[in-house]
Amino acid sequence: MDVIWIAVVALGAVGFLLAVVLFVASKKFAVHEDPRIAQVSEVLPQANCGGCGYPGCAGFAGACVKAADAGTMEGLLCPVGGAPTMENIAKILGQEIISAAPKVAVIRCNGTCENRPRVAEFDGVRSCRVQLMLGTGETGCAFGCLGCGDCASVCMFGAIHINPETGMAEVDEAKCTACGACVKICPRRIIELRPKGPKSRRMAVLCVNRDKGAVANKVCKVSCIGCGKCVKVCAFEAITMNSNLAYIDPEKCKLCRKCEDACPRGAIHAINFPARKPKAAEETSSAQVGKKVAIDERPSKSIETNA
Amino acid sequence: MKTFKIGGVHPAENKLSAANPIKVASLPKQAVFSMFQHIGSPAKPVVTKGDAVKVGTLLAEADGFVSAPIYSSVSGKVNKVDAIVDASGYRRPAIFVDVEGDEWEESIDRSSTLITLSDRPELTDKDIVAKIKEAGVVGMGGATFPCHVKLSPPPGTKAECVIINAVECEPYLTADHRLMLEKADEILVGVDLIMKAVNVTKGYVAIENNKPDAIRLMREKASKYPHIEVVPLQVKYPQGGEKQLIAAVIGREVPAPPAIPIHVGAVVQNVGTAFAVYEAVMKNKPLFERVITVTGKSVKEPTNFMARIGTPMSQLIDECGGLPEDTGKVIGGGPMMGKALMNLDVPVCKGSSGLLIMNQKEARRGEEQPCIRCAKCVGACPMGLEPYLLATASSMRNWEMVEDNDIVSCIECGSCQFTCPSNRALLDNIRTGKSTVMALIRARNAK
Repeated sequence: MDVIWIAVVALGAVGFLLAVVLFVASKKFAVHEDPRIAQVSEVLPQANCGGCGYPGCAGFAGACVKAADAGTMEGLLCPVGGAPTMENIAKILGQEIISAAPKVAVIRCNGTCENRPRVAEFDGVRSCRVQLMLGTGETGCAFGCLGCGDCASVCMFGAIHINPETGMAEVDEAKCTACGACVKICPRRIIELRPKGPKSRRMAVLCVNRDKGAVANKVCKVSCIGCGKCVKVCAFEAITMNSNLAYIDPEKCKLCRKCEDACPRGAIHAINFPARKPKAAEETSSAQVGKKVAIDERPSKSIETNA
Repeated sequence: MKTFKIGGVHPAENKLSAANPIKVASLPKQAVFSMFQHIGSPAKPVVTKGDAVKVGTLLAEADGFVSAPIYSSVSGKVNKVDAIVDASGYRRPAIFVDVEGDEWEESIDRSSTLITLSDRPELTDKDIVAKIKEAGVVGMGGATFPCHVKLSPPPGTKAECVIINAVECEPYLTADHRLMLEKADEILVGVDLIMKAVNVTKGYVAIENNKPDAIRLMREKASKYPHIEVVPLQVKYPQGGEKQLIAAVIGREVPAPPAIPIHVGAVVQNVGTAFAVYEAVMKNKPLFERVITVTGKSVKEPTNFMARIGTPMSQLIDECGGLPEDTGKVIGGGPMMGKALMNLDVPVCKGSSGLLIMNQKEARRGEEQPCIRCAKCVGACPMGLEPYLLATASSMRNWEMVEDNDIVSCIECGSCQFTCPSNRALLDNIRTGKSTVMALIRARNAK
């Protein structure tokens, strides 16, 4: 009998001692986490995409709480959740709602198979980065989309795909959260996050060719040749010309569409605008309008119902 | 017979043009000089449109220490200073010269009399390096590293021997082979000059034993130079790689980057460079022509050309009997490390050692299959790396992992991809990983 009692007492004593140690440790080394971080985390999308610039959603939640304590949450945006999520976060943290203009990824190249003739064949790994190491890719253009889909492979939201008919990357605006992963991976730096614009309507130069006009003209039918007509016609000084390439500042652009008409190359696109009346179409050259209508219609299927 | 110990492969040699003497290529109508003919900063043009130039006139000056000047290879008028798509596939600044006649600068000695070092005892090491720098001599094997930089050892290092790379381990190419057979005396004087420039008393000329005639001739001629030894090597690719060559000839291993060959006391120069050094120092002739092999199984007459720099590749192909109908790819350089050209107007550069025309059957890549873990690539890698791992991790963009596994040591020889039974694109992925890791390291060091 004694033996059993000795075992029970000894084990009980050991158990008690360890319990005391654990109790002391849990009090002494307790990590205090702001309960608001967990609350903020809950309203975040939990995609852990890193689009906000922080390591995952928990990191962003921590940054939000810290910023709120410092006074303002300016500059913080969850691109995936967008304005509704930021509203929720602001409510939890008792901050004012800061509305940031929603953005969307824009592929600044329109070098489809039709517009940009293929001059070489690439039979290596289908990766833009690999192709770029070996030359200018399958077309003569040293700036445009390579069409191997590195952007599509990093998009966590399935918002980019390569259209086999055009050989180009296309953005599904309904799914795009502007997390910026594609912007970072694109070795040609073609993709830009631009404000969505009112009713998702916006103007953009869909070309990044910085070669001189004669060269740019040769490699692609719809390249920007740096003629500067758009700069002259713009009443709001929204267009700048930098090394043979026009750029429309989305902050200054008033969507008047004058530059679109002025561009002799059809490189400036009015995205998601309703198709123009046939009368206007007749005035400009038929070939250009054909292309523009095609661009106008493509995103409208997916976006206009959502916007 | 000596060779390097780790890895290596032995592709079919296909030295189709080995028996054909060097033919002087005809002058082009227009010569185009890319400003990127060497590693380092591009040359700066010093001529403008309309300027008259002669053969040997300075067109562009070196921009910095790791750079080289570019001289005209033709006489005529500068048509424009613009840009051209060169062998890299990119549009780069270039000078276009319309050819009129063939008038040489008077300072160039055009006689064929051999001038040895004993004829010019007043030459000091500094004179030689200065002359090489002025003449724009770069590594002629294809890497185009400015020659004078290699001949100016960084402080704290001391050269012990000079190794002349006459291995020509790339299949098909025979430019160095023919040069040795036809210019053996000049090459040996060039070796002598390089040895004097770095103050060493031991020189090796390493030749693979698939060129027995060159070994015999060089041995015979080198008997006059007791300090120069001709070393026959077993045929193995990539023996022409600097590190492999040092391991094969003197049995020393160059540590991982940033260590360079001079840290083990070796200065390696290509045999073509030795010839260019001779011409630059003794004949006062800047680097404006080189030997280039135009070859391929379907080419009518595979030829070794002495071509002026700036000659369009299309002209050389025409002189070989035209572009074959079943052409699949035209490759600048050899089949292992060369790069397919985007178009045939690419001009001959200082580093153009060959032009390989592959037929459609050869040019096709095999269908890519899953890795079967046979580890052939591991056995073939001359740097002792694990290519399957580096390729997979690179394609997954796991840059930390590839850096930990020494991707920067890769010499991009392509042995892994050559040996892979599943036709996996190992080198394609490894190259991407290497360039990314190098960029990351540069960014880290800049901080």
